Amino acid sequence: MSTTTLDSAASPAATVADASRRRVRRRGRSSPLGRTVTHGLLVLASLVAAAPVTWLIYLSLGPDKNDYLHPGGIAGKATFSNYSFVLRHTNFFKWLESTLIVALGTTVVAVAFAATTGYAVSRMRFPGHRPLMWVLLLTQAFPIAVLIVPMYEIFSELGLIDTYGALILVNCSTIVPYCAWLMKGYFDTIPVEIDEAGRVDGLSPFGTFLRLIMPLARPGLAVAAFYSFITAFGEVAFASTFLLDDEKYTFAVGLQSFVSEHDAQWNYMAATAVLIAVPVAAFFYLVQKHLVTGLTAGGTKG
Amino acid sequence: MTVAIESATARRGGDGGRRPGPLQRLRRGYQKYWYAYAMIAPVVVVLGVLVGYPLVRGFYLTLTDADSLNSARTIGVNHIDATYTFVGLDNYKDILFGPTAYDRFWSHFLWTVVWTALCVFLHYAIGLGLALLLNQKMRGRTLYRLLLILPWAVPTFVTVFSWRVMLADSGALNQLLGHLHLPQPQWLEDTFWQRFAAIMVNTWCGVPFMMVSLLGGLQSIDASLYEAAEMDGANAWQRFRHVTLPGLRTVSSTVVLLGVIWTFNQFNIIFLLFGRTSAPDAQILVTWAYQLGFGQQPRDYAQSAAYGVLLLSILTVFTSFYFRWLKRNDQLAV
Repeated sequence: MSTTTLDSAASPAATVADASRRRVRRRGRSSPLGRTVTHGLLVLASLVAAAPVTWLIYLSLGPDKNDYLHPGGIAGKATFSNYSFVLRHTNFFKWLESTLIVALGTTVVAVAFAATTGYAVSRMRFPGHRPLMWVLLLTQAFPIAVLIVPMYEIFSELGLIDTYGALILVNCSTIVPYCAWLMKGYFDTIPVEIDEAGRVDGLSPFGTFLRLIMPLARPGLAVAAFYSFITAFGEVAFASTFLLDDEKYTFAVGLQSFVSEHDAQWNYMAATAVLIAVPVAAFFYLVQKHLVTGLTAGGTKG
Repeated sequence: MTVAIESATARRGGDGGRRPGPLQRLRRGYQKYWYAYAMIAPVVVVLGVLVGYPLVRGFYLTLTDADSLNSARTIGVNHIDATYTFVGLDNYKDILFGPTAYDRFWSHFLWTVVWTALCVFLHYAIGLGLALLLNQKMRGRTLYRLLLILPWAVPTFVTVFSWRVMLADSGALNQLLGHLHLPQPQWLEDTFWQRFAAIMVNTWCGVPFMMVSLLGGLQSIDASLYEAAEMDGANAWQRFRHVTLPGLRTVSSTVVLLGVIWTFNQFNIIFLLFGRTSAPDAQILVTWAYQLGFGQQPRDYAQSAAYGVLLLSILTVFTSFYFRWLKRNDQLAV
């Protein structure tokens, strides 16, 4: 009986002592062992993440199309010959032009169309608000299979197959609603008091939107623009189906043309891939901070 | 007074605390709606023309026997009119219950479900793990972050080709496995390994998005909650379980839903990894539908569109159940 009392009396003191010993380490700092494990795991993950891309760069230096089978040999004979071949003797620049037309066209349309809707959905309650939100979200669930057949039919009838316009329109069908959704998330993070202040000072809702909210929402717009650009840039299914002329290919289609059933020119493919990936990745890294804020804005708001 | 303003602000809908008279309210309401409708008009038009109309048209096609031989087409200067006929729900009946329906639909359906579940689980688990690691104060954090989002920074159609070279019969991965005296599977030929490779590549591509979103969620959790939990004697696991996970709930529910939808509809990876015609057993429903519609001769437009409608129905049903489930859980939590 008495021992029990003693024990229970002693234990709080022990806990306090224990806690104070642990307290020596500052909050948020982990033990050396924990730090080693953390760094180990992160290094491993980074290696896995970087390996395929690094491998591609390495292969692009090998002059022969079968060099991927003997990667050891590349180090001795590395050249930039693949790059000069791709730049001089393929449709690289035509593909670049097509890709930029499609991607930039989609971006401009998407941002211009989606901005006001994002604002309206974020700030105003009107009959039809909920259904609209539903539809915006539901278009994200559209598998390409549900639209590609009728789109192909419609564009064939209109004579738009093998044009950039068709591809821009098709891209807009899913990108515009998602941009509206993204921007809604961003507008939600801008305090509604700013709108109220604008309204009190006599601005119309459009004025509030254009003069007060748009300047504040620039990161949100950048995210939407970037999202549109990258999605249109990387779109494979529609581009592979709707573009027939190999001078009009976007990169996503052009890259496939190096690898057919009969012949696989892996060396040129790798060089082209690197030429595509480097500017895109650089661009991505420039804007990724905004991207993170923008993509999670809708979610974290609760 | 202040209370009224605050609650109106919190609701985000009201534009003031005072309740105006009925006439004024009606006028103001009309004004508000007018602006709202003008603002949503562009997107509504886009949705109607680019989504609604093709959807209706596509649904009509599923009720016909349209293929590339009887659809309207222009060859040179000759225009040939469409000659397909209305067949009712025959396409759906054939896909779901017709002869060899298992091989054509249900086997792909099962594989799609497995693919989606495994991929989203791996995306989320690995993404959360990496986000937790990155959310600590340490050296080299920015560098790790930059490296880890590399799979996201480089377009999928580029990286999939890189994987394809690595997974080729005597490619880098098999050479590496050979050096380690491990078996060297035929990644791109054998059905099981095709599926394995598809999941592996998709996981590699999808983790960065989850990681970054969850990292954003982690950083938005108030640090004082952790302090309070620590003061109350919560250990690391308890802090994770009772502070981190609830704090991530909104982000998680969004990214998991997006993950399911994106993975279920993931076209690029399977299409590019196996080429246009090979690997029939590794095709998920969406790529299979594409093969029916555009990867064979004659192109079977009606069945392809029917697959599309079925896919959309599956996703719609899933999404509405998911929301219902979320709502119920929220009510339980409150």
